[in-house]
Amino acid sequence: MSNGTNEHNLDDVAPGFMDAADHSVRRGIQGYLIGLGLSAALTAISFYVVYTKLIWGPAIPTALVVLAVAQIGVHLVFFLHLTTAPDNTNNVLALAFGVLIVALIIGGSLWIMGRLNERMMPMNQATQMNRMPQMQR
Amino acid sequence: MSAVDTVSFRRTRDLDPYKLGHREAGEHGLATGHGEGGPASKRVIVGYGFWIFLLSDVVLFSCLFAAHAVLQTATAGGPSGRELFNPWSIAIETACLLASSFTCGLSAVATGVRSQIWTQLTLAITGLLGLAFLLLEAHDFAGMVAAGAGPTRSAFLSSLFAVVGCHGCHVTAGLLWLGTMMAQVFFKGFRPNILRRLLCFNLFWHVLDIIWVALFTIVYLIGEGR
Repeated sequence: MSNGTNEHNLDDVAPGFMDAADHSVRRGIQGYLIGLGLSAALTAISFYVVYTKLIWGPAIPTALVVLAVAQIGVHLVFFLHLTTAPDNTNNVLALAFGVLIVALIIGGSLWIMGRLNERMMPMNQATQMNRMPQMQR
Repeated sequence: MSAVDTVSFRRTRDLDPYKLGHREAGEHGLATGHGEGGPASKRVIVGYGFWIFLLSDVVLFSCLFAAHAVLQTATAGGPSGRELFNPWSIAIETACLLASSFTCGLSAVATGVRSQIWTQLTLAITGLLGLAFLLLEAHDFAGMVAAGAGPTRSAFLSSLFAVVGCHGCHVTAGLLWLGTMMAQVFFKGFRPNILRRLLCFNLFWHVLDIIWVALFTIVYLIGEGR
């Protein structure tokens, strides 16, 4: 096999892996340019959505989260070179575990604290109850 | 090899380029853990290990994000995000960091072709953009503290300074690492161990940009609406 070394590089790669052997300079720069363009566009849309009335007010946070997730995806693919190819299974599985933990921590915290706030006594009522024993004295 | 053999060989290769299954008898793939591929190269192991470290760093950040998301309305009568944030400043910081991530990627391309001058140049631009980001952020923080909106003012501001400050510390550490790497590439050249360090630095810098994406979305843009 004439391209034995090439193939060895393709069999198992680290995230962020780029090699001159099979990625020419032009293709490498092209990939980063696409990543930059997509990220810049998504960032611009995020800022635009917040400071204009393009989207219905209460839907803005959801739209922003969707845009951020899309941009993180762009970064992972074009900057970190994570792909779904079988050679990337280890990296993607580690990432999936990380995403699970992050979703549990952020989602869980927001859920629990939101529920807790709902069941709390309104603030003015709570302060009144604190004052009551003093008034009786 | 006869013509028929070549065709079938090509077909299996197309369907299963990494030879993870359906290997013909006596044929060994080069993938690690599948026959005679041998252990993974040091480069792969270093990259994978560093990737796992970075994911643990992301988990750390997620705790700070969770705290901030919960405390975003706990202003204790102090200033809210809408009054504090300057959208232009945030936009410029975002642009600086995104551009630096791009030039960092270009440095990986330059390293791929072992070009000393282009590697140094792109790394230097990366560092300058990172420094611009950091100075702008420090300027913003100083302005907030001067206006009486320091981290001690409210739970909202404590969590804001914690999460943004933690990211700033990471960028500062990244800049020190970047300077060290430039010196190492200059004096030691593209040795295998230096290349591995450059790979790790690249991963680190791109992940910092990913964290900033989450940060400007959750802290600044969603905070703006509160």
